[in-house]
Formats: sequence, structure tokens, C-alpha cells
Amino acid sequence: MKPGSRFGGWAGSLTAVLLTAYPANRLSAQDTSAIDRGVRIGIVYRPGVRPGMVVLPVPKAALDSVRALVVRDVDYSDRFEPITLPGGDSIRAASPPSSPSAGRTATGGGGARGTGGAAVATGLNYPLYQALGADFVVGITPAAGDSTVVTVYDVAAGGVRRELRARLPALGDAGFRLAVHRLADRVLEASLGVGGTAATRILFVMNGKVYTIDQDGADQRLVSSSDHQAMSPAWAGDGRRFAYMEFWEGHGRLFVQDVASGKRAPVATTGQALDFTPAFSPDGKTLAFSRAIEEGTDVYTVNVKDGCCLQRLTVGRFYDNLSPTYSPDGRRIAFVSTRPGLPQIYVMSADGTDQQLFAPFDYGATGSSNAPEWSPDGQTVAFHRDVGGTLQVFVLDVRTRAVRQLTSVGRNEDPTWAPDSRHMAFVSDRSGYRQLWIIDVETGRIRPLLQQSGARLPAWSPRLPETASSAP
Amino acid sequence: MKRLPLLLLTGLAVALIAACGGKPKPETPAPAATANTDSIEAAERARADSIARAEKEARDREAAEREAQQRRADSLAALGRSTEAVRTLLATMIHFDYDKALIRGGDASVLDQKMAILQANPALHIRISGHCDERGSDEYNLALGNRRATAAKQYLVSHGIDASRIETVSYGEERPIAQAHDEEAWAQNRRDEFEILAGGENLKQP
Repeated sequence: MKPGSRFGGWAGSLTAVLLTAYPANRLSAQDTSAIDRGVRIGIVYRPGVRPGMVVLPVPKAALDSVRALVVRDVDYSDRFEPITLPGGDSIRAASPPSSPSAGRTATGGGGARGTGGAAVATGLNYPLYQALGADFVVGITPAAGDSTVVTVYDVAAGGVRRELRARLPALGDAGFRLAVHRLADRVLEASLGVGGTAATRILFVMNGKVYTIDQDGADQRLVSSSDHQAMSPAWAGDGRRFAYMEFWEGHGRLFVQDVASGKRAPVATTGQALDFTPAFSPDGKTLAFSRAIEEGTDVYTVNVKDGCCLQRLTVGRFYDNLSPTYSPDGRRIAFVSTRPGLPQIYVMSADGTDQQLFAPFDYGATGSSNAPEWSPDGQTVAFHRDVGGTLQVFVLDVRTRAVRQLTSVGRNEDPTWAPDSRHMAFVSDRSGYRQLWIIDVETGRIRPLLQQSGARLPAWSPRLPETASSAP
Repeated sequence: MKRLPLLLLTGLAVALIAACGGKPKPETPAPAATANTDSIEAAERARADSIARAEKEARDREAAEREAQQRRADSLAALGRSTEAVRTLLATMIHFDYDKALIRGGDASVLDQKMAILQANPALHIRISGHCDERGSDEYNLALGNRRATAAKQYLVSHGIDASRIETVSYGEERPIAQAHDEEAWAQNRRDEFEILAGGENLKQP
């Protein structure tokens, strides 16, 4: 018997089996990258795995901004490998052929001569794009009546996948960027069949005020209108309203604000106690929140549709319950409870029954866990946990209840899910001061959302409705 | 016939007494026959005396008034000084360990002072606000600050202060008094603040 060598061989082959059996486990990426240098370093992230996409040069200068936004949205979606054409972005495609009717009509006929043949009158030079590693090619062309046509070519199939038509507001109009982002989301939908997150915004708090910013870091605007210190913004599922908390003399009040008009109203039952961390139910009718009274802090709900029916969901005389977040089906609420001595993540039915531990932890070893947010696909709950005196973002798998640490660089807290349940905004001090970052949970790719100190408590919107684009 | 001068004398004496407002002066003669001239002199003297006396009395009254005013002013100033001192005592903060809402041993005496002040000034209403350092979770800190504020209130209430005289609120980590990011600043920021809501105009020393 040679147990040592036998074991070694067995372990070796097991490792090999494991490596081949689980080549790309979903949700297995870790943020280990040296992000500040703009270099992606990671084990899981492999360029080439994602489909390549070329966004063709545009034939009209007015569409340059549209193309630039679409290219960046494609990049930020982390679902494509954006491919730059030989010759770079400086080339401009010639005007499209005179008859823009046919779907297969080429865009950028000039490219055929200038860059080795982008397209000919009968269609795209598919073999060329295949050689460049592109799976999809996107052409943006002007069409009759101020509309814009976006053609998504499927390189492997050698044909047009989808032709999208949109009437874009003028460059510089308030709704321009959001309209282009929406177009980019349609490109993603047309090519991969999944919804994008380009047409979304993120609410956050800075210097006690609520701000909004587009997911690509543009168009930062102040949305809170009072001098009261604000906290904890939270979107309604329709993207038309959001709730937040304000400190008033001796208590904390909740407000619901309309995105388009900027008008707000206090939540009916708020005003005497310290109410905080509002969270909309998925149908938008109910607001769950934390209320601190002398007995302690507990989770309540109120019907914001009719302004009535305050209900108390938890009763913790000697411990606190706070920070509710609804499951997307509206049937459960994850929340923070200090019943084990330290705050940890618990879950209950939406009526307050069946309270139980959600994210497992080791007594005496695991640090405080806080700020849960249920992912829009219902499969995970993100939260942050104290690890060695600093906070890190974790993800709980709802089905298996496995907990995975997502961040490790600096202090990272208050995660909020994008509507694709794949991207996440959070607060990090990795650059030296606290600001907002966005991570792709699958690849671990990370980017700063804005470059301002003191931004915190982010809330990522759902996909925004058309009317939200006309927000002042 | 003997009754007349007697009556006259008594009358004079009454007049004198009335004029002097005091005892009849023993040296004042009471002549029977020359009563008129003497009595006039006596009356003159008495009048002068009474004027002088009145003037002196007026001076004395004034002095007393001044003195009383001074005393009132002094006592008001003293009361003001005591109000100020009481306010300072009342505003003394108490501090907490990290992620804890237990009253520290040393801070119990600080709360005892506040309890005495509340007992000596029944009209006094206060608000206790709980605060945290920046290390914990932003939103959890609102719950923790609430625990800290109510811990102090419960201490005071359990020592006999009416609960309705004390409000509590939490500001979490939103209102730090020390801006640095080190243990010293954090220790300062983990605190309860005490502010007067009503009845704080004139505070008595306990």
C-alpha cells in the first residue's frame, strides 16, 4: 500500500475532473482586480468568451453621439466584446444607399472601399466580420422623418437579425440620452434576447441630499428639494416614483416623490417616530420600512396607494428588525435582525409570519451583516458583512443559502442590483474615498460610477418607462 | 376752672404727639400761662424735626430700595449663573463602546446629575439624541443610535423621572462632532446628546 501516492494521484485526477466539469460556474467571479489602473485581471474573465460586436461608423456626424453612447452601453453591458474596426473610430461610413427601405440594405458602403469592405449593396461583408471575431454588427443610419434605424446583423447567420426604428430627441434635449440608452437595450434584446440596463438611473445620497445619475455616469442631478438631511432612497418597481427618508425635528419622515414632476408627498403614517429604510413592494402599493421607537426598531408596512393601514410585521422588544427588501414576487421580505446578538440577514413572509435566518453565519466568528437587497430575478440577496473590521459585499443564493463574498479591496457596502440581476452598484473606498462603483457579478469587472467623494446609499432603478425620459 | 389748662395741655400734647409722630419730647416745657409762645416754638421745632426725619426716612427708603434692587439684580444674576451652570451640566454628553448601547459605569454619574436637575426643575423637558461612529452600516446605525438614546432615557425613567418629559431620537452616524477617521474621533462620535425642549428658562441647581 502506498496511500500517499495513491491519494496524490486520486486528488490530481479529481482536480482535473473538477476543472473540466465546472469550467465557468455562474456567479463565481471575485473582484480581485487592480481596478485603478484600468486593467482587468481575473481568473474567470476571459475575453473571447463573450460574443464580439462591431458598431459600425455612422454616415452622419449627428449620429456620432448616438454611436458613442451605444458603443459604451454595449461595453458596460459586459455581454459583448466590443470590437474596434481596423482604422479605428475615425473613419466615417458613406451615406447609405438611396433606398433605405430594404432591411438588408447595407450601411456604410464606403467602408467597403476604405476599410476593406464593411458592406456592399447586397449586404454586409459577413466573412470579414467573422474574421474580426464579431458575432454581431450594428449599423446606425438615419431614416425618413427624423427617425433612426438601427440594424442588428447576425454574422454567423449571415443576415439581418432585427431592424429597430426609433425617433430620437435632438442632441442636447433632456430625453436624448435615455432614448439612446433605450435603443442600446433593444440592441441587446435583439441580439441576445436579454434585457439590458442602459436605460436606468441610480439614486444616491451625497451631503444629505438625494441625487440621480445615469448608469453610465452622465447627467447627475439633484432631486431632493428640501433642506432636511435625507437618507435611503428606494425606487418603486414602475420607475416612476421613489421613496426616501428625511430627518425632521426629532424624527424621521418618509416621502414618496414623483420622478417626472418632482412633486413629493409625505407617507401618511409618518411623522412622529423615526421611520427609515423604505422599500416598495413589487406592485408598488405597499411600502415596508423600519420604525424606531423606544421599544426598539421594527419592520412595518403601510399602504401607500390609499394612505392607510399601518401594519407591524416584527415585534422585537430586546432586539432590532430593520432594512426590509421584498422578493420580486412580493411574497417574502428579507430584513436585518439583531436577534442573534449581531445584525444578520433574516427572511419572513410578507405578512410577517415565518421569520427565519436567511444568510447563514457562524456564531462568534461572522461579523455584522446589513443592507440586504433582493435581486430582481429573485435568485440572490446582496448584502454587506463586517470582515475583519471592514465591510465587504456578499451574495446569498436564495435556493441553496450559500453565501459568497464578492469584494475584497477596501471597504465595500450598500449593494444595489441593476434590473439584469447581474450588475450591482455599491459604495467603496478603494480609490481613497467613498464613492459609487459598479461591478459585473459574473465577470468581476468593475468601474467607478462617479468621481465624487461622499456618495453613498445607492438605489438602482428598474428599466425606466418612456415618460421618465422627460424628467426635468 | 382747673379743667381748662389740663384740657389745653392734653390738647397740646396730642398735637405734639401728632406732629412728631412719636413720643412727646420730655424737655418740651408745658407752661400754663405762656403756653402759646412756647408751644409755637415747640411746634416749629417739632416741624423742623419731623421734616428732617422725613427726609432721612426718604433717604433711608431710597437706600433700602436701591439695596433691594441690587439684591434682586444680584439674585437674578445668580439665578442666571445657575441656569447656565445647570444647562452645561445637562448638556454633558455620555459615550458608548463600539456597536454597544450600554451605559458605561462612569456615565451613570453623569446621568445622575441630569436626574437631579430634572427633579429640581419639574417643568423641564429634554430630548436625548443617539449618535454613532462611521464604521458601522449607515442604516443600522439609526437603530443603534435609537438604542443609545433610549438607554439613557430608561436610566432616567427608572430613577423616577416621568417618561413624558423625555423624547428620544437617533441620528445614526449622520451628525458627527469629530470629523477625523480615527479611534479618537469615533469615540467622540459614539454619544448621546441632551437638549432642552421646554422649561429651560430659569433652572434651579439641584
